[in-house]
Amino acid sequence: MQGSISFTPQLAASPIAEILWLIPALPIVAAGLAALLKQPRRRTAATLAIGAMSVSLLLSLVALAHVVGAWTQGLAARETVNFAWIHAGATSVDLGWVLDPLSAAMLAMVSLVGLLIFIYSVGYMEHDENFTRFFCFLSLFAGAMLAVVIANSLLLLFMGWELVGLTSYLLIGFWYQKPAAAAAAKKAFLTTRVGDVFFLLGIVWLFAQSGTLLFYNYGAGSMETVALTALLAQPAAFGLTAAGAIGLLIFAGAAGKSGQFPLHVWLPDAMEGPTPVSALIHAATMVAAGVYLVARVYPLMQAGSLAGGTTTALTVVTRVGAFTAVFAALIAVAQNDIKRILAYSTVSQLGYMMAGLGMGGVAVGMFHLITHAFFKALLFMGAGSVIHGCHEEQDIRKMGGLKADMPLTFITYAVGMLALCGFPLFFSGFWSKDGILEAAQHWSVARAPFYMLVFGALLTAFYMTRQVAYVFFGHWRGGKPAHESPAVMTLPLVVLAFFAMALGLIGTPAWPWFRAFLDGRVAEFSLHGFAEPGLLILMGTSTVVVFLGLGLGWKLYSGDGPAPEDADVLEKSVPLVWRWLHDRLYVDELYGVTVIAFYGWWARVADWLDRRVWGGLVAGVAWAFGQFAQLNRFFDNNWVNGGFDKGCEELVSGGGLLARVQNGRVQTYLRILALAVVALVAILIWSSRP
Amino acid sequence: MVGSTPLGGFLLVAALLFSIGLAGALTRRNAILVLIGIELMLNAANLNLIAFWRYGPHPELLTGMMFAIFSIAVAAAEAAVGLGLVISIYRHAHTTDLDAMNRMKG
Amino acid sequence: MSFVFWMFAVLTVAGALAAVLLKNTVHCALALTVAFAGLALLFLDLDAQFAGFAQILVYIGAVAILVVFAILLTRGSETPKDGVFSKNWFVGLVIAAGVFAVFAWAVLASVGVLPHEAATPEVSVAQIGQVLIGRYVLPLEIVALLLTAALIGAVIVAMDEKERAR
Repeated sequence: MQGSISFTPQLAASPIAEILWLIPALPIVAAGLAALLKQPRRRTAATLAIGAMSVSLLLSLVALAHVVGAWTQGLAARETVNFAWIHAGATSVDLGWVLDPLSAAMLAMVSLVGLLIFIYSVGYMEHDENFTRFFCFLSLFAGAMLAVVIANSLLLLFMGWELVGLTSYLLIGFWYQKPAAAAAAKKAFLTTRVGDVFFLLGIVWLFAQSGTLLFYNYGAGSMETVALTALLAQPAAFGLTAAGAIGLLIFAGAAGKSGQFPLHVWLPDAMEGPTPVSALIHAATMVAAGVYLVARVYPLMQAGSLAGGTTTALTVVTRVGAFTAVFAALIAVAQNDIKRILAYSTVSQLGYMMAGLGMGGVAVGMFHLITHAFFKALLFMGAGSVIHGCHEEQDIRKMGGLKADMPLTFITYAVGMLALCGFPLFFSGFWSKDGILEAAQHWSVARAPFYMLVFGALLTAFYMTRQVAYVFFGHWRGGKPAHESPAVMTLPLVVLAFFAMALGLIGTPAWPWFRAFLDGRVAEFSLHGFAEPGLLILMGTSTVVVFLGLGLGWKLYSGDGPAPEDADVLEKSVPLVWRWLHDRLYVDELYGVTVIAFYGWWARVADWLDRRVWGGLVAGVAWAFGQFAQLNRFFDNNWVNGGFDKGCEELVSGGGLLARVQNGRVQTYLRILALAVVALVAILIWSSRP
Repeated sequence: MVGSTPLGGFLLVAALLFSIGLAGALTRRNAILVLIGIELMLNAANLNLIAFWRYGPHPELLTGMMFAIFSIAVAAAEAAVGLGLVISIYRHAHTTDLDAMNRMKG
Repeated sequence: MSFVFWMFAVLTVAGALAAVLLKNTVHCALALTVAFAGLALLFLDLDAQFAGFAQILVYIGAVAILVVFAILLTRGSETPKDGVFSKNWFVGLVIAAGVFAVFAWAVLASVGVLPHEAATPEVSVAQIGQVLIGRYVLPLEIVALLLTAALIGAVIVAMDEKERAR
């Protein structure tokens, strides 16, 4: 159901909205303080970070309660606090934050998951010597992400966006001494940069067209009717309106951050970072920022669509999302690193979210985002627990039988895995994924995404079963025996597992609380929700698909897994397909021969230019100067020196000549006398002529 | 007897004598010969005076003649003193060579 | 121009030239005497008899003798080694030539205004004497003083120093 959300704006913001800025500010301040600490002061750093995050969580829950309260009272309100940041004559660049159901829900999720991961990190990073630095970066990240969430201005969002990208780089490359980690960090930064370029273009264009970057500003914001109508009236290229073009540019940025094809290549490599980083940033929050962005600018993307129809922008979003979902799921089937499988799974699920947004609207996509955050964080943290327990081993072929050695990890991991697969009824993933499938089924443009997403669900169940079978079943194929992780790591797993199951309750068709919450309506519990045409059939279909995937995986991979050196079962049967999937469908290699090769060539051209042309120019100028200096020297030596010195010499010799008159001889004096007299007389005579 | 010679002739002769005297005074090495040259110049001037007296408007006033006579007297006195000087110099430098007498040089 | 004038003029000029050009200083003195004589004749030709005789008496009789005395006293009769002319004699010659050129130019340029002939003046010695005592008495006395001073001066200058100290 797509609905444009229109709230009546409140004139005075409530107290919680006024202090909303504290939610991102506190973690950032904690990060600043932690940066000043020396490395051995670990407890202080951890306390700062966890303390700030706890306060932020508290404030987020207050905000959520406030919004829910206001909504149940029928005062469906979006509160904004805006202020001008840069004044430039008549125009100004404004910043501000917004408190509405979307941001309240996201705030609660980010701060809760963030806090749990912070606590988890205390145990996970215990043996790392850069503990303090880790918490500093982690806190900075959390603050930046929360800033993205509350931003009412596209500029503030972009600033938080960039900061999130920076901290992601810092955290992926946390173990920077490892060349692979440094390279992965660089790759992440550069790939998301590509998306960010387009994002920035979109921002600038939007500002130029609508004169404001605020989303909501009492009717004057860029997501409000006046601005949208103006944007729709402006034609851009390729038959798009300005609204559509800007929407696509912004989606390009989201695609980079959220790992959509073809900018997904950085996400699997980002697993070089510590597991809490993977859990927080690359599962629950940062990669979800792209989805959140699309949800925020949804009015722009949706502008111009007729009831029941869709726009070009949303179609593109859907297509890209659906393709990514299947693409990544295929690759995940053939991976052997426990975290890589989860990484590709994340990419795939992000594709689901984008497709959900494109076809079903904000509520559909956001619901899956929130449920995914919990169970993916759970899965990653469980994987971290496994890695920790297996003495830093990450290859699933070297694990096995862990359900006996690590029972708590196994149970929570199983919950997460079933939620991800979409096991019916008890797990949130089922309800959120079904929401997307339902929207796909009713999509007016085409049916292809629906089939792709169903196939993706099958693959998801298949590869997760493969992973779980390898890791937890069979017998131990590794070296030293494994051990369970400490409570500081397993407790957060339990909490997340609870949410992974419980969240489903707010998204069932019987009681669609979340959807209504985002739309600003009241939802009623009614089993008639199930009576929608085709809904039960869809639920049945997805159940069948899930069991098919689970069964296939179990059949192939249960029992003792192959020894690490042996080939995988599938590899033996379809070696070529396996090879392709294992090698990640050669996207990285494609980039290597095209973009990177071009870049290398361009760098060589620039170097040649610099050395030959510009350097030649500089050398030429220097040479000209040298010649000029030589000319100067020539003049100086010959003309000035020669002339001047010559002149002096002549003067001296002239003086010498004149001195010869005074030679002391009478006859010389006489001669001169006579000469002078002659001259005088001659003049006299000549002048006295008539 | 003299009436047929123009005044210019006498003047030219006087000029010639003067020049010769000057040449001698300027070129000869011996100091005495310089004095001889000076005497010649004086005589040339006397000739000029007498000639202008003779051909002038009032010869009966004897102005020119008086001039010439006084000139002769003074010339004689000057010759005496000059030659006395030459002898005195000769006693010091043991030569009358003017080229060698450059103590006033510089 | 009359033949007499020419003769006297040539004599004088020749004497003068000889006086200046000859190597032997005594010969120069004698040539000078000839020149003086020539001049005396020219004075006579100009009807200035008193001046002419005064010329003979004073110049030839006193100055020329004096010159000879001086030459003999300074061993001037010995010919010097380096020649009789000074080092840059040509310069002196050129200057003298220049002087002559100027005078000649002046004379020749004013030929038109110079008188050709003049009457013989009636001049007697008595007249000369009267003029001397009359109009020119002051210069006469001064010339006398001058001569005295010159006489004394010349003696003092030429005196041997040892004698002077005494």
